[in-house]
Amino acid sequence: MPTRVIAGKTVEVDAEGFMVNPNEWNEAIAIELAKEEGIEELTPEHWKVINFCRQSAGATGKAPTLRTITAGTGISTKELFALFPKGPAKKVARIAGLGKPEGCV
Amino acid sequence: MKKIVILGAGTAGTIVANRFKRLLDFGRWEVTLVDPDPIHYYQPGFLFIPFRMYTPKDVIKPKRDFIDPPLRFIQSKVEEIDAEHRRVHLADGSVLPYDFLIIATGVDIYPEETPGMLDGEWGKTIHSFYTLPTSLALRDTLRSWKGGRLVVNVVDNPIKCPVAPLEFLMLADWYFHQQGMRDRVEIIYATPLSGAFTKPTASKLLGELLESKNIKVEPDFMIERVDPDARKIVSYDEREIEYDLLVTIPLNKGAEVIGKSGLGNELNLVPVDPHTLRAKAHPNIFVLGDASDAPASKAGATAHFSIDLFTEHFLDYVETGELPPYFDGHANCFIETGFGKGLMIDFNYTQEPLPGRYPLPGIGPLTLLQESEFNHWGKLMFHWMYWHILLRGMELPLPATMSMAGKWKV
Repeated sequence: MPTRVIAGKTVEVDAEGFMVNPNEWNEAIAIELAKEEGIEELTPEHWKVINFCRQSAGATGKAPTLRTITAGTGISTKELFALFPKGPAKKVARIAGLGKPEGCV
Repeated sequence: MKKIVILGAGTAGTIVANRFKRLLDFGRWEVTLVDPDPIHYYQPGFLFIPFRMYTPKDVIKPKRDFIDPPLRFIQSKVEEIDAEHRRVHLADGSVLPYDFLIIATGVDIYPEETPGMLDGEWGKTIHSFYTLPTSLALRDTLRSWKGGRLVVNVVDNPIKCPVAPLEFLMLADWYFHQQGMRDRVEIIYATPLSGAFTKPTASKLLGELLESKNIKVEPDFMIERVDPDARKIVSYDEREIEYDLLVTIPLNKGAEVIGKSGLGNELNLVPVDPHTLRAKAHPNIFVLGDASDAPASKAGATAHFSIDLFTEHFLDYVETGELPPYFDGHANCFIETGFGKGLMIDFNYTQEPLPGRYPLPGIGPLTLLQESEFNHWGKLMFHWMYWHILLRGMELPLPATMSMAGKWKV
């Protein structure tokens, strides 16, 4: 597995740049990964989503889908797209240090 | 007498029932299938109907042709699954107790989940091909279509047969060439994925294939609504795509009875251990075919491979309560690419599709991730094998677990 340094910490990542081990994640990493995704500042709303996704992944072992996030946070799909443009489920999974959401194969 | 109840007599339900027929001692076991529909559909064939390659008679047969005594068949809707008391309530009020329950109710399309989709233009300028009636309606529209912009949209994943939208696009390209009107048709694929397919190698190769056929991909398009009067689809991030003809793969969800019985997730899919397909919440419920949340392809091949392995381990499990992680998510699919050619992909939970040869390493005769005429004939031959071998629970000479032999990295 390749590694890279994010916010001063060496972490394992997969071929698509998703962190492999959620335990290596910290908030400084999230801030830096968010910048790479074009999100300059993480607002409380962003953190609400990130924290939900980490909790959900902790319980199920996988990054939640968009539908799980809207159901679990009460934040609408439309707002999620405003917070994490283009692909919210994928983007938040990457920022939250989780693997790529499985969705489909 | 131990009782097995199988809900759903589609591909997975019928295969597993016929496997049980060979495996179990019917002096000690009773196997009952329940399904509201007396017709068995060859669902891969729906794709060919809009292009008049198949007719309805190619894709329907009576379910009874594949279900013989000692298997019991009850044609009925299921009202509720009472997992706590191990019984199933049928629509007529009767109750079926079970020792083991197999859920094989699959997934279906829900166009009503997307605002605007059913508001007046369904079957006119908005079509699908995931059911027999929708594929026939699309065939009739295509017959008199004068050209314009064709937009194919996947509402959300997972979907049944994840390669079907790609096949539809490439067959459409071929069909319009045949009709002498390809120059009057623009083809766009709006997908919630970031590319043509999920996994990197296949996405790149299939993306290039679409491009070579002048099919434009609009990635990361998550549809919010259809505006049927202005003939456009609108995404959550407010991109708009106008169309003259919209072919949608509506939201796929599991059976409503799953949700109603408290057994499903937000898409009415039953959470399972992906390596055993046993319901997480109930050790005597197994979910075969498309109805589970396992991150495997929702495809007949996946059902077939997993059922091969499931039935190998079932009697041991009954005896000992032990179940090894037998299933690796193995799937393979033919992908029709038009002009009498096709390609094939072979993959599992952890290994993405790669180029190569299948099933014999280095030889084939099928080529992986590469177009060939043989693959197209393979797909057409599979139609016969489906009715005569697969559904009857007979073995196909293909290993159920994926092999890396014959694949190469690119």
